[in-house]
Amino acid sequence: MLSGKTTWAALMSGLALTACASTGSTDTPTTTPAASASAFPSTYVRREYRPVLIRGATVFDGAGAEFANTDVMFENGRITGVGQNLTAPAGAEIIDGAGKFVTPGIIDAHSHLGDYPSPGIQANSDGNEVTQPNTAEVWAEHSVWPQDPGFQRAVAGGITALHILPGSANLFGGRGTTLRPVLGVATMQQMKFPNAPQSLKMACGENPSRVYGTRNQSPATDMGNVAGWRQAFARATEYNRNLERSRNRPANGGDAPRAPDRDLELDTLAGVLRGEIRVQWHCYRANEMAIGLDIAEEFDFEVAAFHHAVEAYKIADLLAEHGTCAAMWADWWGFKMEAYDGIRENIPFVDAAENGCAIVHSDSAVGIQRLNQEAAKAMADGRRAGLEITRAHAWTWLSRNPARALGIEEETGTLTVGKAADVVVWSADPLSSYAVAERVYMDGALAHERGASRLPPSDFELGQTAWSTGQ
Amino acid sequence: MKWLSPALLALALAAPAAAETVLIRDGRVITNTQAGVIEGGDVLIVDNQVRAVGANIAAPQGARVVDAAGKWVTPGVFAAVSQIGLSEISGSGAPNDASIEGELVSAAADAGAAFDHTVTAIPVTRIEGVTRAAIAPGGPNTMFSGIGALVSMSGQPGSVFRDDAFMVLQMGEAGANRTGGSRAAYWPALEAALRDAREYPGRYRSGQGGAVLNEIDAQAVQPFAQGRGLILVNVESATDIRRLIQFKRRNPQLRFVINGGSEAWEIADEIAASGIPVMIDTTQNLPGNFEQIGSRLDNAAILSRAGVQVIIASAGDAHQPRLVLQQAGNAVANGMDWDDAFASITSVPADVFGATNLGVLRAGATADVVVWDGDPLEVKSAPTAVFIDGREQPLTSRQTLLRDRYHPNRN
Repeated sequence: MLSGKTTWAALMSGLALTACASTGSTDTPTTTPAASASAFPSTYVRREYRPVLIRGATVFDGAGAEFANTDVMFENGRITGVGQNLTAPAGAEIIDGAGKFVTPGIIDAHSHLGDYPSPGIQANSDGNEVTQPNTAEVWAEHSVWPQDPGFQRAVAGGITALHILPGSANLFGGRGTTLRPVLGVATMQQMKFPNAPQSLKMACGENPSRVYGTRNQSPATDMGNVAGWRQAFARATEYNRNLERSRNRPANGGDAPRAPDRDLELDTLAGVLRGEIRVQWHCYRANEMAIGLDIAEEFDFEVAAFHHAVEAYKIADLLAEHGTCAAMWADWWGFKMEAYDGIRENIPFVDAAENGCAIVHSDSAVGIQRLNQEAAKAMADGRRAGLEITRAHAWTWLSRNPARALGIEEETGTLTVGKAADVVVWSADPLSSYAVAERVYMDGALAHERGASRLPPSDFELGQTAWSTGQ
Repeated sequence: MKWLSPALLALALAAPAAAETVLIRDGRVITNTQAGVIEGGDVLIVDNQVRAVGANIAAPQGARVVDAAGKWVTPGVFAAVSQIGLSEISGSGAPNDASIEGELVSAAADAGAAFDHTVTAIPVTRIEGVTRAAIAPGGPNTMFSGIGALVSMSGQPGSVFRDDAFMVLQMGEAGANRTGGSRAAYWPALEAALRDAREYPGRYRSGQGGAVLNEIDAQAVQPFAQGRGLILVNVESATDIRRLIQFKRRNPQLRFVINGGSEAWEIADEIAASGIPVMIDTTQNLPGNFEQIGSRLDNAAILSRAGVQVIIASAGDAHQPRLVLQQAGNAVANGMDWDDAFASITSVPADVFGATNLGVLRAGATADVVVWDGDPLEVKSAPTAVFIDGREQPLTSRQTLLRDRYHPNRN
């Protein structure tokens, strides 16, 4: 369903959950507690695969360049060559790229797969901890159900990494995590993108003020939203200061003061203030995004990206000046007041600003399967509005820019020698309704082959009618 | 909108050209008739009708000529089924006539009576080549949940060109949820509801009343229960669709169209034999719930090959019926013939919903004609001219005004 109802339904189903207040841990912090990078460590293992040489394809490198009749080669999970007449290593899989297009894998900066899995019944509604406006202590990764059939559909659409965020009911929804859509694994940790930074999901606007306003508690208004964020960051600033003091003996001698009791909510916010956790901020309206940027200045953190950002086109220069990306839909609009000013040129207008960082995102288990088409729409509408946008440049919205916003650009997002071999072979120009992903390589291993008949990787689907009849 | 009153805005956005004689020349004409595709073809519009379609049509005196060289010329798109015109903004506590609470009026809820031709979603939709739409209310709390209408995207008063076009019936999980949460209760309740409708007004005047339907709804359902109207059935699973087919066998006078049909492909031949058309969302391929376990992307292709009349429908909201074009393109990407996919958003819905003279380009057809800068099922394409009832429409909307206001090169 290509509509706002997905988000809406997700939020509403979240509201139906029984409240389950969290209790803070009283563990004494030992080192730096906030990011807790060692907690729930990734057990992702790159799948071994033979070397691959794709010969003579049209290549978009993800950094904005297009190369005709070009080879792409990778081995041991890394890109080893992009150029002419490359020589295949022994035992390589050779793909004839004639007429095909090769791109970096698509990275979706905004997904709830695993947290709101299919089937969307109440028991599976795990994406929104709608119990208090600040749930910075929850982590979206802890709700991920690896059996969500949506992961397989996403890979078939060319997705090789995705950022799973909590829902948007709360001012602070919790931490988001970047995953590899690894199919056929039983644990979330096996999907966790190694060394990818976590994010903090924040939410502007109608959702938090409606959810809590109708409960007659704060925030009930946009100004209540702002007060909620600022008060929380003020507490986190103090928490960080107390942590810092506890680590250093006072200059005048004596023991360092006792560390503050560990608070999982403040751990997350303090991690943001220390630059360890990136802010991904659900925010539709230009005026609210501008206030968000001022809050970030006040408390000295950066906003990696505003998400949905339906009015980003109104402040494209401001966003670019702050180095803040906007993760957007191509054409969603009107499903609520703050989405009323959506235009088809939002993505290209954000892109047109000097150093603008436009991202095509999904927020949808359906949309994630064809983000290339959404980029195609945005490119075409931008061109009709008089902007010059090459198709290879449009691909930056799908791979490099989301990699940048998620803090994984060193590892993936472009077809650069040495980076992870996240590579898609398309049947035709992928900026089209008609192109399909024929082969998807994740970290150098074949993750999807169109038309290959196999049992569904999701245990949930196994033995049900979908793949076991008629095929 | 402090800078322009809504009335003025509506005028500025919606004022179409007067009816005239127009020759669209030298385009790739998709006729949706036995004439097929005419390369370098012409379409002659006189007033509100297509007067001629072919090659080398001479321009009548005074005709305006639209050069369509390198372009595609097609019938206007028919978007089924949505809520366009029933709200300006769907959520946020804004008024939404598609949303009906309580059970005072349900089956009798009439989309045509609520349709507002001034909503900004209409120009937004029209400039994408959609010229007609079927609309229906959302989901009231009873199994018969409202009367659909057929509307033009002209943005003019009198846009509702067919009232009482169809009745919406919830089946499957949605139906069960309205009859105590169980399909076991659904079927006897449906039988009783139809009995109520057929026995209207007698049993209500006698004081017996309805077993299921209140008097208002019984009156509304009656013509459909007697086979004098199309019943649009929201149903997803193959099992439920089979029960619908069996029900149709016992009630051959009833006319159905399936809406949803996620698992229809599993029993494509049975559906083809039943003669029931199927409306589908071609991007639905997830087991969103337990009646959609079999969802897959080639549903449309399989049904079409089996001879089922397929309508490609949008997600049904108030703002994005324009996405039927992308939906149809995706059907092609997943195996449906282009001609069938295009027909499934033009001539097939026109035929199924009884909108004669729409969805085709031939002499005598209503002059809903779109000129495109490329293949209309390709997401990169867009209309360069849209005619509704022979009147050329402005290619502007509230969104294009916002675009122009914030254009990066606006200085």
